[in-house]
Amino acid sequence: MKLFKSLWFWLVVVAIALIAIVFVTKKDKQNPPEQKQQAATEQQTQLSDKNAQYFPLQSYRVGPYAAGGTGFFGGFIDYMKAVNAKGGVNGVKLVWSECETEYVVEKGVECYERLKNGLNGAPAAATNPLSVGIAYATLERSTKDKLPLITINHGRTDSTDGRVFPYVFPLQLNPYSEVSAIINYLGQQSGSLEKLKGKKIVVLYHGSPYGKETIPVIEILSKKYGFEVTNIEVPHPGNEQQSQWLNIRRIQPDWVILRGWGVMNPVALKTAQKVGYPTNKIIGNIWSNSEEDAAPAGAAANGFISITTHPSGTNFPILQEIKQLVIDKGQSDLADTNRFGTVYYNLGVVNGILNVEAVRVAQNKFGKRPLTGEEVRWGFEHINLTEARLKELGAYGLVQPLKLTCEDHEGGGAVRFQQWDGKEWKVISDWVQADRALLRPIIEQSSEKYAKEQGIKIRDCATEE
Amino acid sequence: MFLFSQARQYVEQYQDEKRIFRLKEHRILFIFGLLIAFLFVPFVGPDYLFNAILVPFLVLALAGLGLNILTGYTGQLSLGAAAFMAVGAFATYNLELRIPQLPLLVSIFLGGIIAALAGIVVGLPSLRIKGFYLIVSTLAAQFFVPWLFTQYGWFTNNNASGVITAPRMEILGYSINSPVGHYLLTLSTVVVLTVLARNLINSQYGRNFRAVRDMETAAITIGIPVSQTKLLAFAISSFYLGIAGALWAFAYLGTIEADGLDLNRSFQILFIIIIGGLGSLTGSFLGAAFIVLLPILLSVLGQAVFGQAIDQALLQNLQKIIFGGLIIYFLIKEPEGLSRLLRNLYHRLRKWPLRY
Repeated sequence: MKLFKSLWFWLVVVAIALIAIVFVTKKDKQNPPEQKQQAATEQQTQLSDKNAQYFPLQSYRVGPYAAGGTGFFGGFIDYMKAVNAKGGVNGVKLVWSECETEYVVEKGVECYERLKNGLNGAPAAATNPLSVGIAYATLERSTKDKLPLITINHGRTDSTDGRVFPYVFPLQLNPYSEVSAIINYLGQQSGSLEKLKGKKIVVLYHGSPYGKETIPVIEILSKKYGFEVTNIEVPHPGNEQQSQWLNIRRIQPDWVILRGWGVMNPVALKTAQKVGYPTNKIIGNIWSNSEEDAAPAGAAANGFISITTHPSGTNFPILQEIKQLVIDKGQSDLADTNRFGTVYYNLGVVNGILNVEAVRVAQNKFGKRPLTGEEVRWGFEHINLTEARLKELGAYGLVQPLKLTCEDHEGGGAVRFQQWDGKEWKVISDWVQADRALLRPIIEQSSEKYAKEQGIKIRDCATEE
Repeated sequence: MFLFSQARQYVEQYQDEKRIFRLKEHRILFIFGLLIAFLFVPFVGPDYLFNAILVPFLVLALAGLGLNILTGYTGQLSLGAAAFMAVGAFATYNLELRIPQLPLLVSIFLGGIIAALAGIVVGLPSLRIKGFYLIVSTLAAQFFVPWLFTQYGWFTNNNASGVITAPRMEILGYSINSPVGHYLLTLSTVVVLTVLARNLINSQYGRNFRAVRDMETAAITIGIPVSQTKLLAFAISSFYLGIAGALWAFAYLGTIEADGLDLNRSFQILFIIIIGGLGSLTGSFLGAAFIVLLPILLSVLGQAVFGQAIDQALLQNLQKIIFGGLIIYFLIKEPEGLSRLLRNLYHRLRKWPLRY
């Protein structure tokens, strides 16, 4: 019995147990290929959790950006619910689970790591963090894990170049296109782009990677068209902007481009009114364009113009379908269903449409079963939303025609302008296209520099099928 | 099983006092634990464990340790911890970028040295101002450093977003760019620096630190060079924080922006040492575990128990309420922190069933 009292004895026992565990787990790691095949052959016609495609949602519902997060993820989840109610994607059910990021980078990374392996055997299709900071932090991880990273309407601009960033998709509109489209619109307003010469533009940006992303491109455009540009930063989260707006009043710019996010937007509009800057000279960017941005500013928001890739409203067939299948049954993810059809919600729906479309495209090639991230990536690269296809989806007018390729992970690059009338957004322009031919070389230069720094081999798109 | 007999284990020489654990069995267990961490965990742990739990835990524990040297042992309040982390991270990045010949470990070390120099500069006002007023000077550093790195593109190699990306992670030709590699790099750094800190605290300098903390006038009277001691504390603390910053940026996130190390991070580190225990090395680890792991645990539990069944926003807010409640509970239960709580528990158990 003396043996059992000896510390060394117990240590040896524990050590042997641990070594045994190492051996057992090593063996497990060699087995999985067989399991995968099993899952692949398991074809089921009815919806079940076994035959499912998983979407990890790094959502945020608390914190300063909760309005954006709840709307976007509400729309995304409601769309997936509607797809499930109609029988899933070719019989494959969509499942998801959430992890709160609070828009904080390290929480987003933790969530990514937690969710990336799928749910109950359903493989993850793509991640949608809706945060530039998190996207930057998980960019390399996504590439290593072969899991597409979707940054709709935002993200790292040079990830448009799919040759260097195979797994990153700034869908519809990357930050450079956004700025370029705004400048093109301002050119239209002043008669022509040449007339921008000598005009003054102030960019009021959110003090985050997202906000700073466009500084270089606006400088390039200002040199090209000869307008003066001043970049002014608002520190995150932006609920105090007195000094910035006094500065703007001193500069007396022809336009202010508001590159805001969350609570910064209504504060900007209110402060503009306080210092007497006309609201209809403020152009909100893609993240300053929602009801949640304009409405809290009250009368100060009247006349505020912003860009959008997707009109708000509920008149689209797809939204009516969601209303019928999800909202009216009381299954909506929104806590307040009055937000149905708002900008963030509709963006969530658009995001859902694009994600599901990628899965569908990939299924046509790889078979109607749950797909791996790598296969879904192929799907994203072959999305081709023509007008006819958009009508089929019931999303004509909600989503712009979009064609992605191996080189081009953005697709559209067009925006419309809308104006706030005190109650809702009114679309005031047709599609305004960004000067993508001008931007492409800048993007390629930047992505090639990144490839060199990181030692990434640039894909040759000609050899890919 | 941790209640080993103390029989025949006397402290006879001064050398014995310096040991990390007084009991031989505890030392053996400690070494055994380290062996598990180095040899066992890397083989079996899933990526999630390394990437999302162990690495941030170890890095924040190291940061807490750094701040503990300054605040816990020397009594100089600081709200600039994250600023020194940022200095360390950006210095390492620039060293790797501009002098590619430097090995990674040397860059990290030099990054720590640069952070230490920054710490000395920020610490200069501590020679004149004391107590809570010192917060102002460190707070200034906290606002100045991110501003500096955002304002001048040179620091971020003119990256448009002000984000720096990790250099290629290699040591002696071996790539450590994998979750396990990051973990081993962090773990070895933390272990080495913790042992060093322990020795420092037990040395003449460590005693000077505590003398300054307990009563400055008395320290001057017995001939302790107070100003030098304070600056040394600032330098060493910043060195630790700088290295923690470099690891945070490169071994954990892989990318960082200056604003990612803002005042909130400083508060977080300060809370780590307050909850863990001021003036206790173990406390830094306990506090980091509390701050890093508990929210994750709550979140995982919340998802497992409720899943999608209840409103997600409500679930998130519930977790925050529970977390806040636990902090209050522990601080009421033992204002001197978790390390003191554990120590009391240990002594309680030793004497059980006798009380006190």
